[in-house]
Amino acid sequence: MIGRHRHLIGLEGLSREEILQVLDLATSMKEVLTRPVKKVPSLRGKNVVNLFFETSTRTRSSFEIAAKVLSADCLNWTAAQSSTTKGETLLDTAKNLEAMRPDVLVVRHSASGAPNFLARHVGCSVVSAGDGAHEHPSQGLLDCFTLRERFGSLEGRTVAIVGDISHSRVARSDLHSLPKLGAKVRLCGPPTMIPLGVERLGATVHHDLRTAVEGVDAVVMLRIQHERIGDPLIPNTREYSKFWGLNAKKAAEWLPPGAVILHPGPINRGVELSSDVADGPRSVILDQVQNGVAVRMAILYLLAGGAGEDRAEKVSA
Amino acid sequence: MSNPKDVVVIQGGRVIDPASGIDGVRTVVLRDGKVAEVSERVEAPSGALVVDARGKWVTPGFIDLHVHLREPGQEYKESIATGTRAAVAGGFTSVCAMPNTVPANDNTSVTELMLARAAAAGLARVYPIGAVTKGRKGEELAEYGELRAAGCVALSDDGSPVMSSGLMRRAMEYSRAFGLPVAVHEEDLHLVGKGVMNEGAIATRLGLKGVPAQAEDVMVLRDLSLLELTGGRLHLCHLSTAGSVRALRDARRRGLPVTAEVTPHHLALTDEDVAASDYDPDFKMNPPLRSADDVRALREGLADGTIDAIATDHAPHSPEEKKLEFDAALNGVLGLETAFPVCLDLVRQGLLTERRLVEALTVGAARCFGLPGGTLASGAPGDVAILDPTAAWVVDPMRGFSKSRNTPWKGRTLTGRCTHAFVGGRLVHETGDPR
Repeated sequence: MIGRHRHLIGLEGLSREEILQVLDLATSMKEVLTRPVKKVPSLRGKNVVNLFFETSTRTRSSFEIAAKVLSADCLNWTAAQSSTTKGETLLDTAKNLEAMRPDVLVVRHSASGAPNFLARHVGCSVVSAGDGAHEHPSQGLLDCFTLRERFGSLEGRTVAIVGDISHSRVARSDLHSLPKLGAKVRLCGPPTMIPLGVERLGATVHHDLRTAVEGVDAVVMLRIQHERIGDPLIPNTREYSKFWGLNAKKAAEWLPPGAVILHPGPINRGVELSSDVADGPRSVILDQVQNGVAVRMAILYLLAGGAGEDRAEKVSA
Repeated sequence: MSNPKDVVVIQGGRVIDPASGIDGVRTVVLRDGKVAEVSERVEAPSGALVVDARGKWVTPGFIDLHVHLREPGQEYKESIATGTRAAVAGGFTSVCAMPNTVPANDNTSVTELMLARAAAAGLARVYPIGAVTKGRKGEELAEYGELRAAGCVALSDDGSPVMSSGLMRRAMEYSRAFGLPVAVHEEDLHLVGKGVMNEGAIATRLGLKGVPAQAEDVMVLRDLSLLELTGGRLHLCHLSTAGSVRALRDARRRGLPVTAEVTPHHLALTDEDVAASDYDPDFKMNPPLRSADDVRALREGLADGTIDAIATDHAPHSPEEKKLEFDAALNGVLGLETAFPVCLDLVRQGLLTERRLVEALTVGAARCFGLPGGTLASGAPGDVAILDPTAAWVVDPMRGFSKSRNTPWKGRTLTGRCTHAFVGGRLVHETGDPR
């Protein structure tokens, strides 16, 4: 259980304390990853099923490694997109998998709300690995973890999220978590990529990158998906890159010295981020990847570990 | 002389008949399938069917301008027999059947089939609506003259807009030759895109693609503008936005021949309910549930008569089409069996008078398409609804008369229910009838 929750389908419903519960445990989990023998028996005998309706390398691998380090068995199920007219429905797929008695179903789906739908209809714990433009809770938590690790606390910090906010589940999960830890969030992108009413999620909106990053502690650069070009949200990547992309020159001139750069990956190099920034000293992008495993270990442990056993000791032993 | 057995005497109820200005305790007598009289006398001829309506409302049978009966072609969702059974259970004695059947009702053989099936069912009266364009494809005009001769009462491509302004102009002009209203489903498909719910803060939070209110507004404004050019009769289906109501109010003030309807769900629910439902596709319909401001404007428009009628847009779908992720589920919800209590709730909230509610369900609707009924005047069709405004019941989709179960009201307690319905003087529904 994460606080009161037996599923993790979004960060919107999580309290500050529940978020901190995951982050604190992830700190212990990260220590496990530094050991020569990266294996603890915490989830021995548990089954984690990765049910991915959208392609993913990073997130799926991260959940898989997290499960394996905790000694859970992990099955990857890559399903074709569900369809109303042909093939198996989402519910049928889930019911079939449930019959194999998993303890946790990790699901990624292109439809917002698909994990909510599954959580209503299956008996095991459901973890969203990203649904449509809704939420990507483990990404939001690993962003929080990475920033907390860097700054000690997020209290009073400012984070700018730059890119296609409309289609970004990462932006939403960040918006539902960073402010709970005391950070202020600014959103920046062309007006076509800023969804209506997003200010009501507690952020300020900017269209000018320079003012958006003024005085910030961190910038989350979002990937610009090629299918959005000519959607028509932007005329082309060249213009996007010129006005909303970050390169070393802009970073040096506009960002405060200690500010770091995050990106949920995969990066479109030369579009939202130039290589000299992505690989530069401000980048914490690879820290995010490493922290992602620790955060996902914490999530799986809390949902599948159960109470009443000495698993916490085994982890920290 | 009529046989006393064919006489119905409804006693002791509060008769609300806005068409004839009656609101008070009266006796309604039906004879030979027609309304014989509404008076204060109480004696009934021996052998007559006497119904005790004390504590209840007695109104003209409701008229629904907008239902999807799914026959021919999609009988797994609904049939004319089950749809009209659901209708009379909800107090609707006449329903207008939209032409998005398979094949579309764009020719007389489909119209004739619908009328034959309705006659065989012997429940609510069915008035088919013919397609504006062949196959509802928005490309070529359908044969309005023949459709009218076969029994169609209006034209609509409902479910789809007529995107071509040029074709819409010709459809409105040509319909004048036959006096048929053109009932329009207003959405600009380019603005809709892949949207699945009202665009705004709620859709942003849920990560669902939005449909802006302007997708409806711009088409309403376009067609009101065309109406000035073409004349004819325009009817706006299922209005959902404040902008539409504003445009309609202005058009009516200018005397344009336009009428409009609103659904119970657009009057009662908002996009907040989509969020509260946790992505339940039984809250997915087209047009989508809008903002609280839109709902307020719709209620005002209905209350002040800008909007003529309440129509359900009864849209049955099978569980295979609804028990899905929100994006993948089909649009539409059931409406016939829940319309009265849902709208009566607006009366209880003081937003609508009882008289205006009954008017919008009866004569207000009848006038839009020039239908018979909607009144208890002597000689009118013997179509009557008896309603218990205090009966509370829990909506159980498994126990409804529709073949489908896609109702947003499932599990909720609604107050108000049709206890008896008469069509042509014949009792076609009584509370407690088994499904």
